Amino acid sequence: MRRSLQEINAGSMADIAFLLLIFFLVTTTMDVDTGIARRLPPPVESPDQEMDIRERNIFKVLVNSADRLLVEGKETDIRDLKDKTKLFFLNPYNDPDLPEKRTETIELLGEIDVSKGVVSLKNDRGTSYQMYIKVQNELTKAFREMRDEMSAMYFGVRFRQLVDEKKIRAIQKAIPIAISEAEPEDIGRKK
Amino acid sequence: MARFKKKKGTGVTRINTSALPDIIFMLLFFFMVATTMREITPLVKIRVPDATEVQKLEKKSLVSYIYVGQPVKTALYGTESRIQLNDSFAEVSDIPEYIAREREARDEADRKFLTTSIKADQMTRMGIITDIKQELRKSGAFKINYSSRKVSKL
Repeated sequence: MRRSLQEINAGSMADIAFLLLIFFLVTTTMDVDTGIARRLPPPVESPDQEMDIRERNIFKVLVNSADRLLVEGKETDIRDLKDKTKLFFLNPYNDPDLPEKRTETIELLGEIDVSKGVVSLKNDRGTSYQMYIKVQNELTKAFREMRDEMSAMYFGVRFRQLVDEKKIRAIQKAIPIAISEAEPEDIGRKK
Repeated sequence: MARFKKKKGTGVTRINTSALPDIIFMLLFFFMVATTMREITPLVKIRVPDATEVQKLEKKSLVSYIYVGQPVKTALYGTESRIQLNDSFAEVSDIPEYIAREREARDEADRKFLTTSIKADQMTRMGIITDIKQELRKSGAFKINYSSRKVSKL
């Protein structure tokens, strides 16, 4: 007698699938990596090779080993850092103490005054990483807001929402992220 | 006269479980797609700092990680911040070799997009981070990322 098409017992299929599921649950992680992106400068060849930047173009930010902030020679709260940075780079009234501007012709934007300012960030070896990230965060926020404002003025959308590669590059050229980190120094002597 | 219907068969009715494997498979596929393989077993305690201006790290295959923090087994290794590369503790001087090895492992075309993600505990002192950054500069790994958790407000 010929039997018609025997079915495979699929009762343990669920068990097999469970086993696989649990394996993947254990060996994988779900976290998305996020962070503040930065570009390190190439190493300097000789220590006396100093950049020729005028005093008025430098925005000095110092963080000491007790996580206190000194901005342009004045003790400052971290909450004021962003606005101070923006004011420094925008220099709306062409203050002679604030950075110079050079007029550049940028595609899509026309003639734009680009600030010559540079943030000089210096920290102590004893500064906590948390404070350092906070400072970096505030500086990034200042640049991001300036870019957003310019983008909204010319293209009507925020910088992050720009899709066109040319527009993105134009804004990046008009407001470059100018953060320079000083060569490390050891003052606080704290590990 | 009222008549009671007699129950037929066995007492419990079986639930149809033939769709169970399908459900489990669906879950399995979801986890396979949404997660990534665990890279290392952490030897250091890391709680990354919070930040608002974070970017997503694109292309995980082009990221090499440097972990900095207090050892998990403080009784064995002390409480001083240590660097972890791959699955072992390392010194600052080991970083150029690590970067070179990471570079070797990638395609030649991708090498210049290699990003180094610094995953450091928020209580770490900047001294060790500065040393790491100096080593990275020397070995030509300029693209870095300070790993931090995204929060809407600090």
